[in-house]
Amino acid sequence: MRSLRAEVILALSFFQMNNWKKIKRPGWGLLPIFIFLAMWEAIVRLNLMPGQLLLPPFSVVIREFFELTSTGVLTQNFFHSLVRVLIGFCAGSVAGLIVGILMGWKKVLNDTFSPIISLLYPIPALGWLPLLMLWIGINEALPIVIIFICSFFPICYNTTAGIKGVNRNFVQVARTLGAPDPRILLTIVLPLALPSIFTGLRLEAGMAWRVIIAAEMVAIPTGIGALLMRAESLIRVDIIIVCLMVLSLMCLSFEKFFQYLEERITGKWTGHVDS
Amino acid sequence: MSTLELRDVRNYALHGVSLKVASGELVVLLGPNGAGKSTLLNTVAGLIEYEGTIAVDGTPMDNSPPQQREVGYLFQDLVLFPHLDVVSNISYGLRARGWPPNKIKRRVAELLELVRIKDLASCYPWRLSGGEKQRVALARALAPFPKILLLDEPLSSMDLQTAKYLRSEIKHIQRSLGITTLYVTHELQEAEELADRIAVVVEGRIEQIGEPQEVFFDPANNTVLQFLGAPNILECQQVRHLSHGLVEAMCSGMPIVVPEEGSKINRIAILPSDVYISPSKPPGPMVNRFRGVISEIRAFQDIARVCIAVGVNQLWAELPSALFERMGLRKSQEVYIILKLRRIRVDPCMYSALPH
Repeated sequence: MRSLRAEVILALSFFQMNNWKKIKRPGWGLLPIFIFLAMWEAIVRLNLMPGQLLLPPFSVVIREFFELTSTGVLTQNFFHSLVRVLIGFCAGSVAGLIVGILMGWKKVLNDTFSPIISLLYPIPALGWLPLLMLWIGINEALPIVIIFICSFFPICYNTTAGIKGVNRNFVQVARTLGAPDPRILLTIVLPLALPSIFTGLRLEAGMAWRVIIAAEMVAIPTGIGALLMRAESLIRVDIIIVCLMVLSLMCLSFEKFFQYLEERITGKWTGHVDS
Repeated sequence: MSTLELRDVRNYALHGVSLKVASGELVVLLGPNGAGKSTLLNTVAGLIEYEGTIAVDGTPMDNSPPQQREVGYLFQDLVLFPHLDVVSNISYGLRARGWPPNKIKRRVAELLELVRIKDLASCYPWRLSGGEKQRVALARALAPFPKILLLDEPLSSMDLQTAKYLRSEIKHIQRSLGITTLYVTHELQEAEELADRIAVVVEGRIEQIGEPQEVFFDPANNTVLQFLGAPNILECQQVRHLSHGLVEAMCSGMPIVVPEEGSKINRIAILPSDVYISPSKPPGPMVNRFRGVISEIRAFQDIARVCIAVGVNQLWAELPSALFERMGLRKSQEVYIILKLRRIRVDPCMYSALPH
């Protein structure tokens, strides 16, 4: 077993490198970011910006970040968004996984539902917003349902594709070994479909944050998206940038979390991690 | 120990296959690609639908799903479960059948011993070489004590050396377990080495079934003859023992040296592709080298077949077209032929009622 510290380093290193075998701890990979921030600070401080661009120096943004955190404005709004994303994404993923597995495994279910899902899948999640505003009204359920829809279709689609993509010979050989079909689904097909399933989860985990912000900007009075809109009306560029940074970190964290999880689970048998 | 019987089995690729495999026997299904050999195995395993009857120990199992057929199936591409280590791969069938853990452990240890991969127990398949994967797949198929073992070209993806070694090992394991086996291949030599009997499968039918020599020396019909490559067959009258495990057989006036396998030689056979042609006198002793005259030439797209008259005998040789053109062979030309010693097959007794 790895120690907790090693585990944390491993997880952190995912932020900068996909191939964590080469670089085991975060370090040089963060250098370009520091250089970028330093240049930003310098350019604004030295008045090198052309025209009347509203851009506060990085230090002001950071100060505002702590200010917003200490007053609770940022934390509260962030918490609102986080809860919505977690509930919507979890519910959407679980539903997407279940329907996707059933469709991938049973041809008759696939033939029945695939045409419907193919029609609904291309609709952008935000396209549902006007309809849902009328059906659900403007309340806490609205962003959660939007996130649910945004997660459900792609995850269902990826899961179905993953299950269908498993080489039939694996199923055949398991049958000759005496395994009943439900057992084959759980012990052979599902694990082998994991890479495709994780692709869906990873992409949609980031997408959920992009969508919640948009939904909050348009229709909901709380959350990071709402804070962004308020900052715009007060011409508070520093707050806008704080919100964008939080967003960026959350998208990245969610995506990297699933990438890390996938490596932990499938790494042993794809040869990416030593067994 | 179980018997296997197929009675008039039919589906999209099989056109009435009947076959009886005795207990502990290894029958090789030999045939060109696309002949329906793999389909036949899938049918026995219950993986595809068919009409007709397949019976194990006299009990029809046409209504049994693959899970209940008690066959061990080694697929052509092995299909080891990539997400399970060697032990979990081998024990998969046992766990699926609900064996108790300590019994599983014992059985797996036994199998690791049998196929000699004890030190690979915790490896994942991506780490294994082709030959090692082969052993794991074989152990996995054998684990739940199947009544019938089905092997689908298990050596086709190996290099020659590994294939040769594994072939003898498969034969050894099959013999020691005494398990009734169907083995699919398209290679004549592999079939001859392994088989108790060979069934020649062409276009979804068994054209002939018999012991290797019987099939080779007495092809039942033109289809089998063509598939085997139409060997040259010579009748032998006299045998003289030489040293070094060799004998000289006098076959229609040609003294031919062959490896000694028993005292009697009735006929010898050699494939046209094992007969070499040389326009000039080849170096070395004139053993299995004969002077003859080209009596017929048939040129095809990739190969050329040349008939050479040696005394009263007509021997066919087969060579690649490019080589044929380089040598500039023509009818009535005098040439030398060389018969490859280890490729000469010997028939010690008669199977058919041919006049001798």
